[in-house]
Amino acid sequence: MTDAPTISTKGARFDFASFFRRYAAVAALVVLLAFNFAVTPNFASWQTLNVNMTQVATIVIVSVGMTLVIATGGIDLSVGSLMAISGALAPLIFLSAFGRAYPLLGDLLAFVIPVAVAGLFGAFNGWFITRFKVQPIVATLVLFIAGRGIGQVMTNGNLQVFKNPIFQFVGLGRIFGVPFQVVIMLILVAAAAWTLRRTLFGRQVLSVGGNERAARLAGVPVASVKRWVYAVSGLCAGIAGLVVVSINSSSDANLVGLGMELDAIAAVAVGGTPFTGGQASVVGTLLGALLIQLVRYTLLANGVPDAAALVVKGAIIAGAVWSQQRGQTS
Amino acid sequence: MSAQTAPSARTPRSSVTAWISQQRVMVALALLIGFGALRYEHFLGAYNVLSVLRYNSMFALTSLGMTFVIMTAGIDLSVGTTAACASVVSAMLSSYGLVPGLLGGLAVGLGVGVLNGFMVVRLRLVPFIATLSGMLVASGTGLLLAHNQSVSVSYDTDFTWLGQGDWLGFPTPAWIALAAYIYGSIVLNYTPFGRHVLAVGGNEEASRLMGLPVNRVTFLTYVQSSVFASLAGVILAAQFGAGQPAEGVGWELFSIAAVVVGGTLLTGGAGSVATSLAGVMLLGLIFNVLNFENGMGWISLSAYWQSVVRGVFLMVVVMAGPGMGLRFARIARSKSG
Repeated sequence: MTDAPTISTKGARFDFASFFRRYAAVAALVVLLAFNFAVTPNFASWQTLNVNMTQVATIVIVSVGMTLVIATGGIDLSVGSLMAISGALAPLIFLSAFGRAYPLLGDLLAFVIPVAVAGLFGAFNGWFITRFKVQPIVATLVLFIAGRGIGQVMTNGNLQVFKNPIFQFVGLGRIFGVPFQVVIMLILVAAAAWTLRRTLFGRQVLSVGGNERAARLAGVPVASVKRWVYAVSGLCAGIAGLVVVSINSSSDANLVGLGMELDAIAAVAVGGTPFTGGQASVVGTLLGALLIQLVRYTLLANGVPDAAALVVKGAIIAGAVWSQQRGQTS
Repeated sequence: MSAQTAPSARTPRSSVTAWISQQRVMVALALLIGFGALRYEHFLGAYNVLSVLRYNSMFALTSLGMTFVIMTAGIDLSVGTTAACASVVSAMLSSYGLVPGLLGGLAVGLGVGVLNGFMVVRLRLVPFIATLSGMLVASGTGLLLAHNQSVSVSYDTDFTWLGQGDWLGFPTPAWIALAAYIYGSIVLNYTPFGRHVLAVGGNEEASRLMGLPVNRVTFLTYVQSSVFASLAGVILAAQFGAGQPAEGVGWELFSIAAVVVGGTLLTGGAGSVATSLAGVMLLGLIFNVLNFENGMGWISLSAYWQSVVRGVFLMVVVMAGPGMGLRFARIARSKSG
């Protein structure tokens, strides 16, 4: 196989066999759904769907950015910490004297500033990686460690409790009965999938991941592409941080987004995006996250303890990635 | 370019780069200790030194295993939860005595290590995914065994000596960590296994063609890493009097940071055991110095600043990292040549 088809696997031509190979998650998902409809009580209800979608939304939102990062052959360990920063920042803004004096403006800024700050930190990751030629895993480890500290320092480690209907619409609101964060999730997935398939930037992301040297020689602005990708990952993490604190009606910088980096990476991996870069499927990531979530829900709904669900989750991640690798080498 | 020379980078002749990065972390550690000793009255007091050693010996152990894994260009995300799971098992067995508790904990490490090694070597999973999976399995197993609660350690036996005891005036965990590092240093520098680890990390394909037992070497580094992690877990249980299934969160990334600060490259093929220990001590002492500085009353930084300072420190180390070493190497080469 030459390099070109690898890069353009997501292109116009639709190969059914390769679709199933890469979306082993789809098959597993269908089986799980069938099992649940048959066994789990009250599974086929609007509420069950909402509960699952609400729980999975934050992971998917973060995973969208992570998919782009992994598509360039990178990784972003800082997303959980950036969620903590954004989650800590929002209440600080709308609970401040300014935010109380101008509630509407305060709420608006409580959306915009935290996400922008998270995006800037993401851009910092990209700058650090490209400027100093640091491995992404090491570079983003810096903000993984320091980022949560920044969030904790901003709030002095205190729990911020609040009740702010306008701001909390991002986590508790509904549009035609659909939770607002699910809407955000779907929009981000669609936007990222479209970007990867149809835009110049998307092609550049995949080409950087596929063969960085070749991409550079072909005139792709490799450094700038990478910086943008990490910035987008930061933005996604920022949004997810807002969603989490809205749902909780409180912000705890010690806990918001804890372990999210690994959840997101797991979703991307199960979704069929390889760590080597050059290929990516945002829809696959969505399915991967749904699969992990549904497995957990199925086990919990049928009385299996949460700890056992962790073990199964580990097995699912390893099994899914293993089956994709087999599919690719055979 | 440097990839080919990397496996031999630890031999004294050809290793200007490694030598410089090794000295750098040692110098930084010496400076930090010197600063603390001059500035704070009790910094080098017995109480502070011993408690720093006692606490950080756990991270020293996880970082030692991690050093070997990273030298093969792998990564081990499971060390934290392996330690947690081992702390639970050893706490459950502690009423039978020190040896059963210790062996029970180590058995956990052996199990997780074999699982990780199997996934990396046989299933050919990326180490990141394989050990992420191992991490979840160890975490879930620990929580299941402990019923989501911490498990009290028996004080009727001498099990707690492993964490709270002293030997010749030094904390037992510090002796264990010291022994482990001497072992690690000897294995890396004077055994075929150590050379093979570096060769595999330097160029796996070439190592395979040279007939090195690549799979066995890789497998063993993961087993070794998990066993050291479980030893840290046994110490955790003994030191705090409880097996803690929810502990160990973030230990893996802290250990990776310590290894990186120590100058071992994540690309594999080069590295040193002693500098990882220095990396652990550096990151640990940052917290210690921050506490003392607060005690002086000039500043009052919350404990949360330690993460920020650690992160910034890691960043500085990385910025000044291999690039700087290479520059020195180039200067040295141009002078000699």
